Formats: sequence, C-alpha cells, structure tokens
Amino acid sequence: MSDLLLEVGTEEIPARLVPGAMRDLEKRFRSALRELDLECGGQISVDATPRRLALVAEGLPDRQRDRSETLTGPSKQIAFDADGNPTRAAVGFARKAGVAVEELELGDDGKLALQRTIAGQRTHDLLARVLPDMVLGVRFPRSMHWMGKGSPRFIRPIRWLVALLDGNVVPVELAGVRSGNITWGHRRLGAGPITVNSAEEYRSGLRANAVLLSAESRASKIVADAEALLPAGCKLRRNERLLQTLVFETEHPTAILGSFDESYLDLPEEVLETVMLVHQKYFAVEDSSGAMANRFVAIANSGSDADGVIRRGHERVLRARFNDARFFWEFDQRSTLSDRLEELKAVTFQASLGSYWSKTESNLEAVAHLNEALSVDASDATSALRAVRLAKTDLTTEMVGEFPELQGKIGGLYAVAQGESPEVADAIYDHYLPAGSSDPIPRSLVGRVVSLADKLATLGGMFRIGLMPTGSRDPLALRRAAFGVIRIVVETSLAVSLDRLVEIASAGENAPKLRDFFLDRLRFWLQDVDGHAADSVQAVLAASDTVPVDVLARARALAEVRHTPDLEALAVSFKRIRNILEQSGTAGSLDGAKLDLALLEGGAEMDLHASLQPVAAKIAECNAERDYGTSLRAIATLRPALDRYFDDVLVMAEDEAVRRNRLVFLASMLRALSTIADFSLIDAGPAAAQSS
Amino acid sequence: MLTFQEIVMRLKAYWARQGCIIQEPFDCEVGAGTMCPETFLRVLGSEPYNVAYVQPSRRPADGRYGENPNRLYKHMQLQVILKPAPEDVVDLYLKSLEEIGIDLSQHDCKLEEDNWESPTLGAWGVGWQVMLDGLEITQFTYFQQCGGLDLDVVPAELTYGLERLAAFIQDVESVYDIRWNDRWTYADVRLADEEQYSAYNFEEADVGFVWDEFNLHEAECKRLMERYASELAPLERRRFPLLAAFDQTLKCSHLFNTLQARGAISVTERAQVIQRVRNLAVAVAKAWVDQQRFLAGEAA
Repeated sequence: MSDLLLEVGTEEIPARLVPGAMRDLEKRFRSALRELDLECGGQISVDATPRRLALVAEGLPDRQRDRSETLTGPSKQIAFDADGNPTRAAVGFARKAGVAVEELELGDDGKLALQRTIAGQRTHDLLARVLPDMVLGVRFPRSMHWMGKGSPRFIRPIRWLVALLDGNVVPVELAGVRSGNITWGHRRLGAGPITVNSAEEYRSGLRANAVLLSAESRASKIVADAEALLPAGCKLRRNERLLQTLVFETEHPTAILGSFDESYLDLPEEVLETVMLVHQKYFAVEDSSGAMANRFVAIANSGSDADGVIRRGHERVLRARFNDARFFWEFDQRSTLSDRLEELKAVTFQASLGSYWSKTESNLEAVAHLNEALSVDASDATSALRAVRLAKTDLTTEMVGEFPELQGKIGGLYAVAQGESPEVADAIYDHYLPAGSSDPIPRSLVGRVVSLADKLATLGGMFRIGLMPTGSRDPLALRRAAFGVIRIVVETSLAVSLDRLVEIASAGENAPKLRDFFLDRLRFWLQDVDGHAADSVQAVLAASDTVPVDVLARARALAEVRHTPDLEALAVSFKRIRNILEQSGTAGSLDGAKLDLALLEGGAEMDLHASLQPVAAKIAECNAERDYGTSLRAIATLRPALDRYFDDVLVMAEDEAVRRNRLVFLASMLRALSTIADFSLIDAGPAAAQSS
Repeated sequence: MLTFQEIVMRLKAYWARQGCIIQEPFDCEVGAGTMCPETFLRVLGSEPYNVAYVQPSRRPADGRYGENPNRLYKHMQLQVILKPAPEDVVDLYLKSLEEIGIDLSQHDCKLEEDNWESPTLGAWGVGWQVMLDGLEITQFTYFQQCGGLDLDVVPAELTYGLERLAAFIQDVESVYDIRWNDRWTYADVRLADEEQYSAYNFEEADVGFVWDEFNLHEAECKRLMERYASELAPLERRRFPLLAAFDQTLKCSHLFNTLQARGAISVTERAQVIQRVRNLAVAVAKAWVDQQRFLAGEAA
C-alpha cells in the first residue's frame, strides 16, 4: 500500500474559486483512479490555501491488478494453407503479438487467438502519466496564460509541484514546473524551502512555516480568535460568506480588533456594514442590545500585531471610507429624491429601452394596473404610486455611485430623512427584493406592488424587444426577476392570474413566451422550494395553470393524499381511462355528447354512475371554497366502485351505441374529476414515492 | 521618514537594478499608465521589454476641487512592465515594498482577486489588487489581450498608486499632507491643478470645442490608418508614424473623458463613443504588430 501527496503550488488563487477547485480536484482524482483500475483503500483528502491545492490519498495499491486479454487473429481458412502450414497472415499475426506461431491457438469462433496476461503497471508510473492532465483539467471560470499564447492555462501561475508516492518523487512536469519534494511556507512568515518526505512531514512542515493547511482549522481559528478579542458584552456579527472568503484569503489568519469614532454610528447601519463587510472584509460587532458597536474585527494574513501597526492601518482605511460615506450622505441631501427625477433621463436602463426615466414611466403604469388587479385600497395605492415614482432616483446619488449594492435601500433611507411617509420609504427600501431565492419578500403590500411593477415592466420591456434570456446569457437577470414575481405572488397569496400579470408586463407579441417563462419559474418554485414531485406539479398545472396561488393550494392538497393507496390506485385507473379514450379514436367527438342513462348496465356501471353524482357535487362545493383536500378525499372514495367497474365492464362493447355511451361516460367523469389535478399524469407506485 | 520623491526615487532605483529601462512620463494626457505606448504597444509581439516609469494619470470625472482627501483628478502611478513576467515576479514586487521601508513581516499583505479590463483599449488581464493593512496600494495584472489581440508573451504589469503609498508610509490622513520633500507638501505642489482642472472639466470646458477636437483627432488617426493599409514602399512602411496615430487615439480617449465629466455625453452616445475610440486603438495595435513583423523580416 502506498500514500500519495500532491501539492500544486500557485500564486494567490481567488478566494471565491478555491472551494470549487478542491471539489473538482478530488472528483478528477477519483475518476482517474477508476480509469486506471486503482482502488484506494484509505482516505482521499483535499485541502487548500490561497497558494496551494493539496491532495493526500492513503492506501493506494502499489500496482494495477494483472488482467488477461485475448488477441484475435485471422480465421483458420486464412491462417493455414491446404497442408496445414501457417500462412503469412498467421506468421504476421504472431509477430505482431510477439510470440511464435506455435503458441497461437484456435478459438471457439474458428479464429486464431492468443490469450495473454498483461501485468498491471506500477502506480508510480501511472500517476506520472495522468497527474498533469488531471491538475490542468481542474475547472475555473476564467483561467489565464502566464507563459504566452498556446501555453497551459490555470487560474493563476503554477510555481511549484510536490508529487510523492511513499516518499519517492513521482516525476511530473506541469507547465514547465517539475515535481519534487520541496514546498514553501507563508510568503513572509515562512523560512525558505521546506523538504518533505511524507504527508505527515508536509503538514508539520507547513505548520512550522506559518501555514494552516486545513480550511476548517482556519475557519475555527478565525472565529475563536475574533471572539476572544471582543470586550465583554460585545458580539461578533457572524457572516458565513465573509468567513469563507477570509478562510481562503489567508494561510495564517490573525484576528485584529479595531475601533472607530462613535460619531460614525450616526450613519445608517446599512452603509457602515457594507463598508466593513463588503469593501473592507471586516466583521461588524454589536453591543449587548444588538446595536452596532464602534468596533470591527479584521482578519490579517500575518503574525500577531504586537505594536498595533496593522490595527492602526486598518482603522485608518476604515476612517477614510466612513468619511467618504458621511460626505456622500451630506452632499446627497442637497437635492431631494423628487428633484432627481429629471436626472434619471441621463441614466441608462437598457440601450433599446432607454433611460431610468422611461423605466419609471413604465413602472408607474404597471403599478396603476396592479393596484386595480390586486384591489389595493386607496391609501396604499397612493403610496405605491409615490414610491414607484421615486424608487430609481437614488441611482443618481453619490452614495449609490459608491455603494451600488445599496441601491433601493439608500433611496428608502433618504426618503425617511426627507419626510416621505414610512409606507413610501419602506416600499422604496424593499423594492429590489427578493433578489435571490433566500431573500425576504418586501415587508408591506405597498412594497410588494412596487417590486412587482418594477420586475414586470422590466420583463415585459425586454420580451417586447425580443431580448429573452438564452442559455446562460441573462445579463439583466430576467430569470431572477420572474422568479421574484412568482415568489411574491405565491408566498404572500396574491390572487392574481398569470394572464393578468403578463398583460400588465405588456410584452407585445412575445406575451405567450413570457407566460411560459413564468410557468417555468412557478414549476421550479413548486418543486424546489415547496418540495413537490415533478409529476404532481405537472398534474396540477395540467388541470389549470391560470392562478398561481390556486395552483399552489391544489399542489399542497394533492401532496397530502398522493401517497395513500386509494389515490395511487385511482391514478392507475385514470391512466387506463385516458388510454382507452385515446385508443378509441373518439377524441374530441365526445365533448358535449349526452349520456344515455338507459344504456347503462346494471351492477358495476350503474353503481359507479351513482357514486359519481354525490362526489361531483361535493367537489363543486369544496372547490368553490378552495378546500381541495376534502375534494380529493371525496374522489378517493370512488376507488372501490372504479375497481369493480374495470373488473366487470368491457368498455369497448360490441354494440356500438353501448360502446359510445361508455366512452361518453368515462370522458365526462375524467373531466369532472380532473379539476384539481390530472391524475393520469401521476406516477403511481414506489418509484413515484421515491422521487417526491 | 521617506518623502514622496524619495519613495519614487527608491522604487525607480530598485526597478533599474532589476534591469528595467527607467522611462520618463509620457507627454500626452492619459487616464492610466497602461495607455502609454511604453505599455500598450510594447506588450504586443514577442520581443522582451522591461520598463518602469511614473505616469501622471488624468481622470476628469474623479476631480473633487481638492476638497476630498483621497480623490484626485490627476494622480501619479508608477508603472512597471516585465515582459515576459519572470517566475518570481510576485517576490520581486514584494521586495520593492521592503525597499521603501515597509517591513512586510509586520503588516497584513494580501493579494485579492481583481481582474482588469479596458473596453476602450480592447485590453484585459487577470490579477490582483494588493492590499496592505486593508489599503489597496497596487494593481497587479497579467495581460492576456491588448488592442483586441491575444498576447504572444504574457507580461506582468505593476501599477503602484503613489499617493496612497506615500500617505500610508507617512501616516497622513489626506494626500495633500504628504511631504513631497523636506520643505514642500503635496498641496503646495498640486492643489492648484486639482482646483483648476476640476473647474475646467466640470464647468468651463467648451463642449462644442472639445467635440470638434475629438472629431479632428479621430479623423487624423483614421486617415493615417488608411494610409498604412495602402500600398507602401519598404522605407515608408518602416518609418510609418503609427506612434503619431496612437497619440491621436490617446487624445480622443482623454477628450471623451472630459466630455463625460462635463456631462456632455448622453446615455445612448456613450457606448458609441467608447466603440469609436476602441476602433482606433485596435487598428493601431494591429498595424503595430504588422510593422514589427515587417521590421523583423527586413533585419533577417
């Protein structure tokens, strides 16, 4: 058994790309092992810092297993002449196989054959062959050349390479770098090259040279050190994304506690936090009341800051940033949001759709329609119109120029400062929400209306001029906008139809495409957010896709009952009915045809007909109340009658009138029972149960 | 404590020792040291080139009338081009910081991802911003493309922000308090530029005149490029003034920035004007590569 240590030494890899690179490296290594038929008996672990990707595999076999192989040559007739002597063909085959003719045998298929054993190759040699492509194959979104056109690409230049199998160097050359047993520590805190002969020596060598190899240890060190520094009563504002970034930006993380003048706390927390978290990558700190404290924690890639040099440096930068922010705040107050409307004419929204001024006009129109469609009361409707008029004006402020990620929020804060009503200010503040799938929905109805209007007008405008997203290209994030619309509508139960939304968006001749675009997002939401099985979603949408909240109510009701035996059996029966109808070739001609009660047969057929009447009445009553659960339970009671029907009744009867009457009956039953979901689309049985 | 000019001189001396030509600033207005022919044209082709120079970089929209402690209409960059990028380029860079008295073992130095792109130059590269105790002091780029052309050899470009570096080293809050030498401050030397050019760019520049100038320089550049594309005698090709054509491109780029600061470029115009400048830059870059090949052919 052998252990492999592979380290790719690089210049600083972008922090956001390291986790993906680690996963990809491991995946590629495992697939290389499979291809080489090498089974790893022990652990495979991958670790990384900004300057290295490291892989350790324990318990690799020393060599491949031997395998046997059969070479097939010419057939008997061609291989031997009339006298039974080998022909030139036979001799040639033997020579190519590297054996004497006598060693060849005739196989069962009458052809010359040679059975031979291929000795497994040494793992050492195999790795030397596959490692270069494996490493250079690691995927990065934007890789680079560093030796000129045509040279290998990687995320950043590769500067050294350690490849050791049981202490022996596996000879590999990668982008001009030869493998060896020498690694390097921290850029400034490490001393010289480090010779390593095993994974153990590697880890301890790095530790001695100020590199914590394990990402997990760096993460816990960052949090523990940061918390240890805080004065009593203060708390670190944890942020996983920031933590992850810092973990992969440091080899030797050291927490530094800094402070800033209390007067800056007058600035909005949103601004302070954006400066600290996003721009400076500092953790914010809060006091025991949960309010922001005038402290921050920076994570340095350095040794301890005994003289406070690093702390003072970070404090100085933060002070300059806060000063800028204060300047922007004061400067921006020189003109109100309404004064800024005219300036929106000079801010492009989209080349063909014009400026944010025109965008605001479209948004206003959309809000007017939404107010009506959602029966918004007069006071909220007025607030929504006011909010949407001002919503984009913060794009002309210095503050948003400096902190674009605060668009909307800054508008909301300025609105409060300038005496707009809280309803209007909150709606402006929230109107970009929800941007991602985990974002909150705007807090108020006014905010939701404004957010919907903004998104609908964008979608409608872009679809109208034919700029639908294609493949991975979606520069204006239209998928996200449409998903936001669906989330607001279903998560806050707005009873509005898809068609009305599409109409308000005003997508011109591409309206049907926009409708499909919304349906895709609705499907995704039902499956991935609300957790419905794909076939359930298909079934409820097939029954009706008009009103998203109604689709949701039906999907949830269906989820309650779909795995009960009665419903699964019904699904099978419905599939059968659908098949019968399709195969009968009567599709369409049965619509509106009247059932002739006199032609119904006594027993199972009459029974089913009789059972159906009260169920249909119940469904109509419950559906009107959106009590789909009761409707579904009522439908499930039909199971025994349906089972008996299919046991006893031959639908395709000889008598044409009877046959037609039975088809009419089944078709009308299918219609009556498919208002909640088209059960024939539901996969019954264990496979379906697993997929949900 | 090192003065501003000592910092500059030490850095120049350091890069001179690393084999760089020490050039003097380029004498057209540019928005960044990258735009100088010493970078933009020299990174093309496969000939090695190492050069360092201070370049005053003018960004009309960034002017603040001298009232903002960190923002300037014109700031000084130290631009270093190492073509091809040596293997130890990061170490060489870090040592240059030690050279100006920054003991890195006492500081927090990080290389954070920052890719660079200039649409007007048809150029992009990948690299980092170098963060020193949370302050961005240098832009480090491995060029990948320039003038729309893939580069044969990958150069490293180091762009030091000299004011920031000096304010850091001297521990002052405002660039205007930087000691230029023992007697004069940055404000003594440069405040007037900031006040006057802010006034010019935001208030005084005559829009019609600047547009005319833009159109004239564009036309001159286009005329030259058409001439280059025509049948030329070997001597004419060898001496053809592509450098002069490139000057015209740079003029256009700066005039475009002035118009933008002046608020004279409408939303729809902006993208088109960028495209016009880019067309000039790309044409000059292509011609330059062609001329270099021609010269190499003549020599062989």
